[in-house]
Amino acid sequence: MTLNFHTETFRDDFTFYNSPEAIRRFPFPFDRDAYMYSVNIETHIAGPVGSVLEFPIDVDEHYASEMRDRSLVLAEDPLRCQSLPHMDLAGWDLLELLMTSMASDYPDHFTLERGPGNRWRWVNRPLGIDDSFVFGDTSTLPPRPGGATDAPMGPMEYVTRQSQGDFCLLDQRNDNLWMDAGIVTTQADWSLDFDIGMNFFEWHGPVPLAHEIGVFDRALKYLLNLQQGRPARRLNWTMTINPRLDTSPENYDKWGVDRSTVTPENAGEKVHLRVELQIFFRLPRSNAIVFPIRCYLISLDDLVTVPGWGQRLYRVLKTLPPELVEYKGLSRYLDATLTWLAPYDSAGAGS
Amino acid sequence: MLRMLLDAPDGFAGRTHLLYVASDKSPVPELNRLRSLGTDRIDVLGSTDDVLRRLDGLLTTATMGTRLYAAGSEGFVGRVVVIAVSHGIDHKSVLTEHSGSRARRVQCVHCKHITEDVTVSILECAGCGVLLFVRDHYSRRLAAFQGVCANAEDPSERPVPQEAYV
Amino acid sequence: MSPVAVSHKEEIRVRVDDVIVVADRVKRFRLAPVDKGQLPAFSGGAHITVMMDDGRRRIRNPYSLMSSPACTETYEISVLRVAESRGGSTYMHTRVSPGTELWITPPGNLFPIHQLARKHILIAGGIGITPFMAMTAQLSTLGHDFELHYAMRAEATGAYGKALKETYGDRVSLYRTSLGERIPLDDLLEERPLGTHVYVCGPERMIDSVLDSGRLAGWPQENLHCERFLPPPGGDPFTVRLARSELDVHVGEHESILEAVEAAGVNPPYLCRGGVCGQCETRVLSRDGVMDHNDHYLTAEERAAGQQLMICMSRFRGRQLTLDL
Repeated sequence: MTLNFHTETFRDDFTFYNSPEAIRRFPFPFDRDAYMYSVNIETHIAGPVGSVLEFPIDVDEHYASEMRDRSLVLAEDPLRCQSLPHMDLAGWDLLELLMTSMASDYPDHFTLERGPGNRWRWVNRPLGIDDSFVFGDTSTLPPRPGGATDAPMGPMEYVTRQSQGDFCLLDQRNDNLWMDAGIVTTQADWSLDFDIGMNFFEWHGPVPLAHEIGVFDRALKYLLNLQQGRPARRLNWTMTINPRLDTSPENYDKWGVDRSTVTPENAGEKVHLRVELQIFFRLPRSNAIVFPIRCYLISLDDLVTVPGWGQRLYRVLKTLPPELVEYKGLSRYLDATLTWLAPYDSAGAGS
Repeated sequence: MLRMLLDAPDGFAGRTHLLYVASDKSPVPELNRLRSLGTDRIDVLGSTDDVLRRLDGLLTTATMGTRLYAAGSEGFVGRVVVIAVSHGIDHKSVLTEHSGSRARRVQCVHCKHITEDVTVSILECAGCGVLLFVRDHYSRRLAAFQGVCANAEDPSERPVPQEAYV
Repeated sequence: MSPVAVSHKEEIRVRVDDVIVVADRVKRFRLAPVDKGQLPAFSGGAHITVMMDDGRRRIRNPYSLMSSPACTETYEISVLRVAESRGGSTYMHTRVSPGTELWITPPGNLFPIHQLARKHILIAGGIGITPFMAMTAQLSTLGHDFELHYAMRAEATGAYGKALKETYGDRVSLYRTSLGERIPLDDLLEERPLGTHVYVCGPERMIDSVLDSGRLAGWPQENLHCERFLPPPGGDPFTVRLARSELDVHVGEHESILEAVEAAGVNPPYLCRGGVCGQCETRVLSRDGVMDHNDHYLTAEERAAGQQLMICMSRFRGRQLTLDL
């Protein structure tokens, strides 16, 4: 399919917008009127045509602008992309996965030629890239754009600067998963530099309630047995003020104050539902797992144009346990948001 | 730690090398007892940094079959584990026991500066001046807890520090 | 001779390109994809499961991939013929020849290389050499430090020993047990730098002996790895009730519960088929009798509690067993 890429910003003047098609396909995560953690992992099989689940890796109208925002984040803070030395092979596995998916599913925009002797050519038309390199040989990759040296990028950095969403590469050893590489510029409030090297339970440390109900033990067991060719997925959600992608703890002292600017009048424009599509792929040569975290944003104004979503979101937020309100950072603007959403709940409105 | 060594089966003490950070309360009588049991390699050093340097040197030539036991404050034990991991020892193989102060090492997530011996819940970062809340989120790699801006959402707030990690 | 073409979607159809007699009772099979294209890439230590249909029942046996992970045109596996009554190795030796088509699963790895190891010591006994053929190829490409110690009865699987020695020289040591040569385990474990990992694959006794020696020498659990090639043990036949499928399944002398259930048309999840990975863990709804836990996965408490069963390896003696399948 041919996409129409926007020129938009996710910071400063926030010119981000969703087309009607993007609103229609937005991955609304709630299937009932309340929310609690569960091991909501399911097999990542092809979803309906036009949905965010149609292809293993989803590229949308925000692609070019998201990649621009990513390179701005990395220029300010290179520690958002790190790879411990033993993860190079996993980086190549990831490069193969992303390039073959994008070229196969979006041939209008990406082309991959795999020649003899592992000589590959990758063409990325939206970003104006046409590179040739030897698969598996890091010395043949290009240097960091705008970087201080000519040293080649590692395979993970090279390919993820051209792929939407954050990526974590997890090494599997000692019956656990270890976050030993990643690029994290569109995250909801966690720090790669702090978490790199942690295992599954450690990086989930701050998540309240889930530890008590054994969610992580079951999830880890499932992931340790993840097989090639059978990827899995789950949805996660939170909320963000303004369509800001980089809501990192590193910059919290700059964006945190946005949470104090929400009123019942402007909530529709400022408050965004932020949904993460998390996928889990077993990688072949390294036996590692890659964990893409794909971020979708929608303003409340746009969200309520879809029948039923306003009511459902209202009811979910109204019944959210206090620990989750706190953990998801909603405390300061929850009341204003509920006031704005209340008219969309048929039970409350006018009865 | 001394209790463990004194209670251990025969021969254990003879295969032990003890590194000890001296303080005013050095338990000299216990050390003499250990020597009499066969623990002939006892290094009593003046500071944490000295002990960690000595450990680093010893591990450079240590072989498989070496087991590491660390006892002390959270910060001290954390730094021992970091050194062990740098030499290829799996962190789970290091047996640890916390004793003494619960003071924390804190890394400022904004500027990455590390503050030692933090006993309060809120502190001003010496690196960038941001007022930090000390979280329970811990990084073994850094041997430190995470500090995050405490008043980002309303900079006029000045939360009061509480004694929390003593 | 072609097996019945019933399979899961991810299974891959392959054609046997070549069958080579490696030694007495050992054959090597080279498998190529039937559809044009490449086979999936894999990591050293991975295995595939081969589906065999002998007309009476379906046999599924896991075999380590011994070819180099860098090669995705074909896979190679080696099969030792043993007089076990299940018939899998017999089937491979007598009913598979060049041109035969088979279904295989994509590769899965329960015996991976530890990425942080500073040195890898590989210990193989007999047919246990197979995963190490792929692992040494990958370790060598990645530039890791390794040594391989390979005990074989005589020149039984000698072809591999010679080839390994030619490729890796001093890093490979061969021991012919029929001539009294033994792997000097205690010496091997002595004076090793921190961060050394040991991997063992071979007969049960050899694995147990290596793991015990490692523990006694003070090596932590995290540094000792093994892969067991145990087929499910046989026993007296019994009947199992599958509550959800509303079926009574007869489990014969020489088949596992998993195999009997599969033959009845129910397909529970599985991976290693050897009682170590936990995938086939099944809830016991009720029983009147004794469960023989033959796996390496459940804890002693879990076995005593009797609420779970690893159906790929364990058996039952008694009047009634109902499973949540």
